Amino acid sequence: MTPTSWRAAARRLRANKAAVAALSVIVSLVALALLAPSFNPNTVEALDWSHVATGPALVHAHWFGTDRLGRDLFVRTLEGARTSIAVGLAAGAVSLSLGLGFGAVAGYVGGRTDYWMMRLIEILSGLPLIFFVIFLTVIFGRNGAVLYVSIGAVGWLTMARIVRGQALSIRRQEFIEAAVACGASTARIIGKHVVPNVLGPVIVYATLTVPQIILLESFLSFLGLGIQEPHASLGTLIAEGAAEMEAAPWILLAPGLYLTVLLVCLNIFGDGLRDALDAREPA
Amino acid sequence: MLRYFIKRLAAALPTLFIIVTLSFFLTRLAPGGPFDEERSLPPQIMANLQSAYGLDQPVWVQYGRYLRALGRGDFGPSFRYKDFTVSELIGQGLPVTLELGSLALALALGIGIPLGTMSALHRNAAADALAVSLAVLGVAIPSFVLLPLLGLLFGVTLHWLPVAGWERGSIRHLVLPVAALSLPPLAYIARLTRSGMLETLSSPFIRTARAKGLPLRAIITRHALRPALVPVAGYLAPAIASIMTGSLVVESIAGLPGVGRYLVQGALNRDYTLVLGMVVLYSSVLIAMGLLVDLLHAWLDPRVRFSAPQ
Repeated sequence: MTPTSWRAAARRLRANKAAVAALSVIVSLVALALLAPSFNPNTVEALDWSHVATGPALVHAHWFGTDRLGRDLFVRTLEGARTSIAVGLAAGAVSLSLGLGFGAVAGYVGGRTDYWMMRLIEILSGLPLIFFVIFLTVIFGRNGAVLYVSIGAVGWLTMARIVRGQALSIRRQEFIEAAVACGASTARIIGKHVVPNVLGPVIVYATLTVPQIILLESFLSFLGLGIQEPHASLGTLIAEGAAEMEAAPWILLAPGLYLTVLLVCLNIFGDGLRDALDAREPA
Repeated sequence: MLRYFIKRLAAALPTLFIIVTLSFFLTRLAPGGPFDEERSLPPQIMANLQSAYGLDQPVWVQYGRYLRALGRGDFGPSFRYKDFTVSELIGQGLPVTLELGSLALALALGIGIPLGTMSALHRNAAADALAVSLAVLGVAIPSFVLLPLLGLLFGVTLHWLPVAGWERGSIRHLVLPVAALSLPPLAYIARLTRSGMLETLSSPFIRTARAKGLPLRAIITRHALRPALVPVAGYLAPAIASIMTGSLVVESIAGLPGVGRYLVQGALNRDYTLVLGMVVLYSSVLIAMGLLVDLLHAWLDPRVRFSAPQ
């Protein structure tokens, strides 16, 4: 993409009111998660025995209430949101680099290499990957690194397909021929010429991957297979809330709403970005 | 059609084989054996346990045995539920999960397709706005948030429906789980139907049908629906996968005794054979459903049959 087309895309994005609104909600939610806990006197693990499972109140600054152990839910929800967002970004980065590298090589090199790389993708997308993630957490224990890598490994297949499609068409253009004529190595051409030119669709798909990953992490944490106590993620908080729903519904509401609003906005923004960059997934 | 089916089947069987093999060797890679977490056992008893489960044999022998047993539909013993084999647990849980899943899929199709059609016919009217916002929300709200919220509203506050639990044949216990499970695919199906229908309705053969003076109902049901549903058919396999994944949490929250709950319990207890069996089961169901969906897709869209799928 040229600088002009980037500017045109930015203009189209700004004209999309829903996407702009979604972006501002995302920014404020993230800012809230990063900054707000320091404005609240409570800490993540402090137990307040005089307020066990109390509802939202201004007393002792328990703005979202407390849980069964008297831990403050405002701070815990935002702490959990930080974890979830961090996992989303880290695993998103894993899946982005895997997909980008794999797709660019397959698309640019082409021929038999491309054929076998794409067969591999086909077999992998036939697998029920979520069950493999569960399986891996069972086998290698529930530690963070396994979680990030295995979640990231789920998201890269579509990314690889998209990048490959783009790389296939870039390969035939003159500037690549010029680079080859100048004697640039294949690795250099892929890194310097192919990758920068596929960034548009990659950015779009990455913004749509992050909510999927956050959802997957919360899903696993909800089942008790992801983030472990005393750490919290939105998934573990929702699990606690669902268990205490009848007696203390507010434990469910704060993390549930935060997660839902975040996911809805990320999806709306991703869709807006896709329309602005006019990047469609290959059929 | 038959040739197409055989071609798809030939592609599916190796996938299943790879899944079984990969999963089997992954469990054997796991650090520590399945009996490690209990009180440390005297070596003789440990050896007896190992040989009772065939774990003293070389891995290749175990693998061969597992494959042969699997061919007979025998998933081996569960390491944690001592009195049950994995096949017995599956036999207990599968009917519940299938009932839940097929109801959810039926609801998603039964509401999603009419909603998408309505929304395409009345573009920019209230129905359209409803469908579009439902599509955005439904795709983003996870079922493990939705189900507790529904339970809070209809169970705890209004007392209309039970929050959790299971009685054989009781519809009331299934309403909330099915609703939570079907919303994400429902939303997506409505969205796909809407765009498919919009595209079909603007094509020349629909204009011809209108010019003939056919009533709208006949145009939709007889001409427009089939081509408009092609994208929906393409989405069915992911929809089934999402329902099966969703059933893990939904069964756990609602306390339904299905296979999803066994998988989660097995994963928490590190019951290798149970998890292995469940992964094999879920994969085979997914692959079988994928085949069925491919056939449906080929029936809806003849082009699929004749061009080799990428």
